[in-house]
Amino acid sequence: MAHTPLSPVPSPTPRSIIGTSRRKVDATAKVTGAVRFADDLALPRMLHCKLLRSRLPHAKIVRVDTSKAEAHAGVVAVMTGEALPIPFGILPVSQDEHVLARGVVRFVGDPVAAVAALDEETAAEACDLIEVEYEPLPAITSIEDGIANRTPLIHDYGDDGNVHKQVALEFGNVDQAMANAELVREDVFFYEGNTHLPMEQHAALAEWSPDGTLTLWSSTQTPHYVHRALAKVLEMDPAHVRVIATPNGGAFGGKSDPFGHEIVVAALSRATGRPVKICLTREEVFYCHRGRHPVLMRVKTGVNRDGSIVAMDFTSFLDGGAYGSYGVASTYYTGALQTVTYQVPAYRFRGARVFTNKPPCGPKRGHGTPQPRFALEVQLDKIAEELSLDPAEMRLRTLQPANSVTANWLHIGSMGLGSCIRAAVRGSGWREKFRKLPFGRGVGLACSSYISGAGLPIYWNNMPHSGVQLRLDRSGGVAVFCGSTDIGQGSDSVLAYCVAEVLGIDPLDIRVVSGDTGITPVDLGSYSSRVTMMTGNAAIQAASRARALLADAVAEKTGIPRERLTFAGRRVFDAEHPDRGASFAEASQWAEAMYGTIGTTGSYTPPRSPGRYKGAGVGPSPAYSYSCAVAEVEVDPDSGIVRVPKVWIAHDIGQAINRMLALGQVEGSVYMGLGEALMEEMTYRDAQRHVVHHHPSMLEYKSPTTLEMCDVETYLIEEPDAEGPFGAKEVGQGPLLPIPPAVANAVYDAVGVRVDEVPCSPHKVLKALKDKMKGKPGGGRYGPAGVPAYAFPEPARVLTPAEGGTGREMDGRTHSEVGGPVAGAGGPPQRENTAASPDPHHPSTATRRKGSR
Amino acid sequence: MQHPISIEPPIHRTVHAAFVVNGERHEVAIAPHTTLLELLRETLGLTGTKHGCELGECGTCTVLVDGVPILSCLALAVAYRERAIETVEGMAHGHTLHPLQEAFAELGAAQCGYCTPGFLLAARALLDANPHPSRAEIASALSGNLCRCTGYLKIFEAVEMAAERCERCEQKGERRGSESVGQSVSESETARTSNALPPESGPTTHNP
Amino acid sequence: MLRLPRFTYLEPQTLAEAVRMRDEAGSDAAFVAGGTDLYPNMKRRQQTPSTVIALGALSELHAITGTPRDGMTVGAAVTLTALTRHPVIAERYPAVAHAADVVSTPLLRNMGTIGGNLLLDTRCNYYDQSYEWRKAIDFCMKKDGAVCWVAPSSPRCWAVQSSDGVPVAVALGAEVTLLSVRGERRIPASALYNNDGIAYLTKAPDELLVAYHLPPRDGWRATYHKLRRRGSFDFPVLGVAARVEMNADHTVRSARIVLGGVASYPMEIAEASRAIVGQRLDETTIGAAADAAYRPAKPMDNTDFTLAWRKDMVRVYVRRALEELAGE
Repeated sequence: MAHTPLSPVPSPTPRSIIGTSRRKVDATAKVTGAVRFADDLALPRMLHCKLLRSRLPHAKIVRVDTSKAEAHAGVVAVMTGEALPIPFGILPVSQDEHVLARGVVRFVGDPVAAVAALDEETAAEACDLIEVEYEPLPAITSIEDGIANRTPLIHDYGDDGNVHKQVALEFGNVDQAMANAELVREDVFFYEGNTHLPMEQHAALAEWSPDGTLTLWSSTQTPHYVHRALAKVLEMDPAHVRVIATPNGGAFGGKSDPFGHEIVVAALSRATGRPVKICLTREEVFYCHRGRHPVLMRVKTGVNRDGSIVAMDFTSFLDGGAYGSYGVASTYYTGALQTVTYQVPAYRFRGARVFTNKPPCGPKRGHGTPQPRFALEVQLDKIAEELSLDPAEMRLRTLQPANSVTANWLHIGSMGLGSCIRAAVRGSGWREKFRKLPFGRGVGLACSSYISGAGLPIYWNNMPHSGVQLRLDRSGGVAVFCGSTDIGQGSDSVLAYCVAEVLGIDPLDIRVVSGDTGITPVDLGSYSSRVTMMTGNAAIQAASRARALLADAVAEKTGIPRERLTFAGRRVFDAEHPDRGASFAEASQWAEAMYGTIGTTGSYTPPRSPGRYKGAGVGPSPAYSYSCAVAEVEVDPDSGIVRVPKVWIAHDIGQAINRMLALGQVEGSVYMGLGEALMEEMTYRDAQRHVVHHHPSMLEYKSPTTLEMCDVETYLIEEPDAEGPFGAKEVGQGPLLPIPPAVANAVYDAVGVRVDEVPCSPHKVLKALKDKMKGKPGGGRYGPAGVPAYAFPEPARVLTPAEGGTGREMDGRTHSEVGGPVAGAGGPPQRENTAASPDPHHPSTATRRKGSR
Repeated sequence: MQHPISIEPPIHRTVHAAFVVNGERHEVAIAPHTTLLELLRETLGLTGTKHGCELGECGTCTVLVDGVPILSCLALAVAYRERAIETVEGMAHGHTLHPLQEAFAELGAAQCGYCTPGFLLAARALLDANPHPSRAEIASALSGNLCRCTGYLKIFEAVEMAAERCERCEQKGERRGSESVGQSVSESETARTSNALPPESGPTTHNP
Repeated sequence: MLRLPRFTYLEPQTLAEAVRMRDEAGSDAAFVAGGTDLYPNMKRRQQTPSTVIALGALSELHAITGTPRDGMTVGAAVTLTALTRHPVIAERYPAVAHAADVVSTPLLRNMGTIGGNLLLDTRCNYYDQSYEWRKAIDFCMKKDGAVCWVAPSSPRCWAVQSSDGVPVAVALGAEVTLLSVRGERRIPASALYNNDGIAYLTKAPDELLVAYHLPPRDGWRATYHKLRRRGSFDFPVLGVAARVEMNADHTVRSARIVLGGVASYPMEIAEASRAIVGQRLDETTIGAAADAAYRPAKPMDNTDFTLAWRKDMVRVYVRRALEELAGE
């Protein structure tokens, strides 16, 4: 077993917990209403906070008069941006948010002032009494608008006018490889923005103590980052801040930024000496957003006749909204993972994220990758058709091999996409259906991959990404402390399962204390599908260390040779004479007598990635999950309405920790992907209408109901990954990715039209059908015509592993100067051949450049 | 620009009323504009009932009134005085979970758990009226409750499993209240549900 | 949490008391039955009555009486669920039951009433928004503002008729009884509506809709087809109610085709009816009726979906409704 630094004790086989289906440790609390979400909390003397938000998309604040609000009966405090001058933001490079606007508002919904009052109604009334005088500024409303107009500048930082972030990277010689391709296709795609829509509206409760300490309960996925933002903005000693992440009522990435409302209740609590709570309305949750970026993409791919890719040139334009959020990372992610599914020997990526006067976009389930995945998988479907190849067969022939390094220097460990494709093809009856179903019915196939945690932390540091502490006591009970946050995915349960498996006890013997920055060791948060990978490994390490201590004590007390000791069934016993041994509680007591109080720690740092170029920080992961989905659709040619009766999906999870929870994550991902594919949209009115959100409500933001959900047949592919805890890889996000392209490809199979956009709305299908019938040029396709003319900088050139590169940029030299081999000429690059082979067993000794994220 | 909201509230009276929640009678004084959702969560402290929009657009706040699932966010509390209101806290009998609760826990039908109380109560009303629902009937009965985590499939399976188990307990004569639409529960039924104790609130990690 | 504004709450025990209370409370009062239309609107401050008169205690409003032979009367406070599940209504007036059954969600139908459904406020994506949102567009004509954002140069409000029950009521030739302190009157459902997003009802504000009268079930058949994004929650972006009466030779004796979701009132398409009266319902005549309905339908930018597509769907949905009736 990996990560067992102390004398290892053999693990009982077969495993008793890992891989089984069992209820979550908090399942009973969740079905009895006993779980306390943030808005369920109340403290004596608690005040209620409401925010006044901007009613203009872009304006200077000339004057804010809070006197009437302050005079309103029941109001205890009113706060404006003056009180909180220090900016914050999730990424160190984008510290561009203020808790309350200072001088400028940048979207309808930008917080301007806050009121704390005896009750919520009074706070709302007082907000309406605050007078704000604005001087309107022109609004930037779209990608094209932001590229064309350098003024007004939404922010005074960024790469190029209102272009927040530019990326230009080239791995290998794309033009040369493209020139040798037997077929080159260029397509343009658009993926509309959409949002997380967690059922729970964000809420936070702050309690300031006269001792100068602060406790904040919040529905956040990232208590550690909220902790840092609070300390920074409130100018507090971080040691005096405690953030407790309450169980999240759904999050999906929407609660992973530090938010102004979390900081403002803390500031108001400090100002009033009373606890202060805020619970956002549904409309305000839409304004917090940080959801899927709208992305306009051009993808040019050169292939051989067998469908193998020789070069890819990918360009993306992201509509970022008004603030940075995770946007720099999002921009890189639109170009990072194209290479991890199929071999792409030469690869160019250019991306630009544009500031616009709309709620900020950020990370939603799949962060930055569903959009390019849609483009890539739909284009491959077109390529397969042009080459008269079966799309499944074509993909199977071009897979990126396991244990390899991609052209953009991502290290691939286990790679089960081939198994996924075969499982989905077999299960769906693909060969009997593809191009064979009657008009109006069709099947489509798409694949994808996702990271199991980001290789680098959000802020530069060389400490572990995840820490676990274990406390054993005389009762035989075990407490696990970890900073991770359960957002419904079951991360508390995963901690219990991993520890229970190693110690041979029952998960219900374990108390999990999580997401409390005052008590639990740091875990960076529930994002980037990192939690099972990182907390799981940390938990295994902590539990293995505890097991070693107990083994010492039992061996000494009983004389059983240490190496024969087995931990199972809440006992520690002789593998050869199972009746000889001790109960787990006895073993704990003996160990406590021998060593004193039993407490162990475990931590996890991802292995160092081989990429060394600027931008190499986004994309690396300890392991990549893979998915393949086949969607069956029914298209009504009279209306263009698309129905999806069934999806078959295979997901390479490495090893399921809890099979039932894994299936739940796959089904939930399919659901969310289906919503994006068919109906979910985050859209805005024009500048004359102040760029207001079209429909910030549960009713008009179309989340599929029980009646739209498709049947899902899931195949878990379990090919353990060497880096994963018990071999596990992620499952929370990856299975969303293939759904939109699988649906689009199925629509083509059904009625012969291409909708190169997400969502696949009925009017788009109908328009394409009508155009096709009329024989219009380009008929049969609905989608964007092109991308804006934009002068990207010359790409940073990086030799690929096959070219003998080092993972660094070429210092301004061109390919011809260094005489690199033609990309694609070599075989699949092997990890062993690379100069910078990471050593996962000594992660803490790895030196790492600061990522550009 | 005029401010259409009147800041001075009109004169209104506080209402004294009795509410029967999970078989327990509560006499409280509330403002007439208090919704049933606010009464349950804020006046009575029954925070098991959640809220997701407060406009009747998500089903998260579902509770039962006389066995019928309704949207507590659109229900004026005073209009439901002296009626039999049931929340998620009243579903278990002592330490015995309702078969639906058991099935939801067992099958992973509650991921984040936020929509779960609403689904449980809507499903409870379904099974009381239709002990053997088909998959389509389950989907239809739950079509007013949104869930963003599960994709609903585990919820459907849990309702099916609970139906099977209810059938078994029915055969043992343990079937719970089966009020039909629009009818009030009788005195005796109210008395019977009053045996339902709220579940022991076990220690949770995150209590302030 | 979104909360209701404050108001005085009245609970009359008789109908007479109800209309008297309404009369005494003046113009700033509202009747409420299910509350599923009024309360969200109040939470968004689209309506802010200072007095709310609840009709829950009025048993007269909860009854369903009569027979299919003589016609049936549905009390205004009968819930949509109760209407849907009423065995006689479900069997003999399936279009009425179906239109009630496709309203929003099962939860909402357990609260919402047929009276509220027939009086549903007109809807618009610029109007059904919070106070704060509406403030960001300087409000709209229907509430607190001067402009109709759907058609800024228009002198009128284009909020859209969005009830499923209304097109059916009009197509069937149903009637309603209105009660006020001035007395009672019974009018055809078709006379209850105006093509104006603000003054969408012809009834006086203090008139209480007490009963919904379904015509005798004598030879006609009817159907309702609803277009919306999702199978629940959503209001219709198009509703097609059609009623036909056939002659013995399978030609159409009379017909009424009414569209919902395309105007501020239920739009009866007389030309579509003319296209089939005296004819057999076949592909040609149904196509002619569908074309006739397509031409005057003028969806505006006030609901889900694009207007052009919604207009296209008028033809498709009218055709399907008539095909269903032809096939019966």
